[in-house]
Amino acid sequence: MLRDITLGQYYPADSPVHKLDPRVKLFGALVYIVSLFVFRGIFGFLLATIFLLFLIKICQVPFRFMVKGLKPIVILMVFTAVFNLFLTPGKQVLFHYGILTITMEGVKNAAFMLVRLTYLIVGTSVMTLTTTPNQLTDGLEKALKPLSKVGVPVHAVSMMMSIALRFIPILIEETDIIMKAQMARGADFEEGSLIVRAKNMIPLLVPLFISAFRRADDLAMAMEARCYEGGEGRSKMRPLSYRRMDYGAYLLLFSYLGGIIALRVFL
Amino acid sequence: MGIIKASKLVFEYIRRDEEGNVDSIQTAVDHVDLDVNEGDFIVILGHNGSGKSTLAKQLNALLIPSEGTLWVEGKDTKERENVRDVRRTAGMVFQNPDNQIIASVVEEDVGFGPENLGVPTEEIWKRVEESLTSVGMLKFRRHSPNKLSGGQKQRVAIAGVMAMEPKCIVLDEPTAMLDPNGRREVLSAVHELNRKKGITVILITHYMEEAVDADYIYVMDEGKVVMEGLPKEIFSQVEELKRHRLDVPQATLLAYELKKAGLPLPDGILTRQELAEELERCYVNYTK
Ligand SMILES: Nc1ncnc2c1ncn2[C@@H]1O[C@H](COP(=O)(O)OP(=O)(O)OP(=O)(O)O)[C@@H](O)[C@H]1O
Ligand SMILES: [Mg+2]
Repeated sequence: MLRDITLGQYYPADSPVHKLDPRVKLFGALVYIVSLFVFRGIFGFLLATIFLLFLIKICQVPFRFMVKGLKPIVILMVFTAVFNLFLTPGKQVLFHYGILTITMEGVKNAAFMLVRLTYLIVGTSVMTLTTTPNQLTDGLEKALKPLSKVGVPVHAVSMMMSIALRFIPILIEETDIIMKAQMARGADFEEGSLIVRAKNMIPLLVPLFISAFRRADDLAMAMEARCYEGGEGRSKMRPLSYRRMDYGAYLLLFSYLGGIIALRVFL
Repeated sequence: MGIIKASKLVFEYIRRDEEGNVDSIQTAVDHVDLDVNEGDFIVILGHNGSGKSTLAKQLNALLIPSEGTLWVEGKDTKERENVRDVRRTAGMVFQNPDNQIIASVVEEDVGFGPENLGVPTEEIWKRVEESLTSVGMLKFRRHSPNKLSGGQKQRVAIAGVMAMEPKCIVLDEPTAMLDPNGRREVLSAVHELNRKKGITVILITHYMEEAVDADYIYVMDEGKVVMEGLPKEIFSQVEELKRHRLDVPQATLLAYELKKAGLPLPDGILTRQELAEELERCYVNYTK
């Protein structure tokens, strides 16, 4: 279960999306998320779908990697859909039994909500799967550079983020191992009341935290040994600079967003 | 003066209570003298807690000696302004491969050191390629470190140090967490760097087999250097090694026991090969 989390996992390939400047992809993800909450009606939906399919097609990441990210949130999606289905008031009643009412509007809402959540996850996976965490944080660092003038430690924060992304899979694996070790000794993480289950988590969390602190200590030392002294005076392996294709991508993004807005306003 | 020289080096871990009063003092390194020549392959042996890691961290200026002096390429590690040069000259590889890889892609991790040094971009890529090639990991350059075996991760860590173009690398039990295959991989990579590029190697280990090919061995116990010499000299003193809670290589031990039982074998047999040859000679002499 824990291994299904695809957050921060990079899929190496040589696609045009991989080669884009990370700032474009960050901005693109933002635009796409916004568009998902702006679009309305079947044409908006079609446009968002075509755009996503186009991205999936050109980014050369196998489809199953993209949908893997959906697994952990299936429950959330079902809940949202059910709530929307039964709790949307409307004129056209399709089904009525006791307090349960399904309206046409409810069906529509539920369907769109499912689509929104799915597209949101898949859309952002396109970004994280095609961008290494380092590039992502480099992009973030550069995009937020102006903030460092007012004292925000932009470099430190983005370094922390990229390290966090690197260690997520390691800590997940470690949790898995500790969990299995405790289960082999009779620990039970699935049964009992919420309080009982929370209590059962303690023998899991304590060793996990201890090991995380030890790792942090080791890592800090390893970084220091490799002459890391903060952002000052560092050079970049991949200095960020926009190329023609990046401007093209921006253009595409803006036309897409314009299209979505136009469809909402005029249809 | 060699590339690394230590004179009466002392390091104390000082534990303080809440008020800042000294609670206890643990002398982890106790009057150690070292003299390492450029290009040498040095092995430091010692039982758990004998102060090997503490010594290693001082070679990289991660710890500053409490007493005595340590020079790395003639630079005193005590001086704040030498720290960067010291770390560039003597790179460091640690025990746990996971906890020293910073990036999520192999080549980005190898580039981390040069980035910190402010090396220009094209030069970084050149160095990344060269150092990955030198440890045989070039074809994994785009991989995630999480998907590599322990031995491969450790070789990436070595490449990360090599990309800073050090003259010396210090490896603190780099094979302790690896399986036999991984250990062989890492060791042969290190030997190759020593042989082909003339990199000075200081290998800390408690696997005796890894010490057999060394140019010089130091044995530590309770913070002191208790024995030093060529592998042959060290391993011929089986009793002495046992006293410092160290094993000897299997071949050496067998030779030692056979000799004690009366076979005319020489001291300081290190490998199975040598043992087999010596036994054959015994047999031939005996049948004559
Ligand atoms: N951070 C610390 N604070 C206090 N004492 C320490 C610290 N690190 C190590 N020591 C002590 O210093 C002594 C030497 O430790 P060191 O880690 O250098 O040994 P080692 O030879 O590397 O052992 P190992 O084979 O277990 O890695 C030990 O007695 C240890 O308990
Ligand atoms: Mg140690």
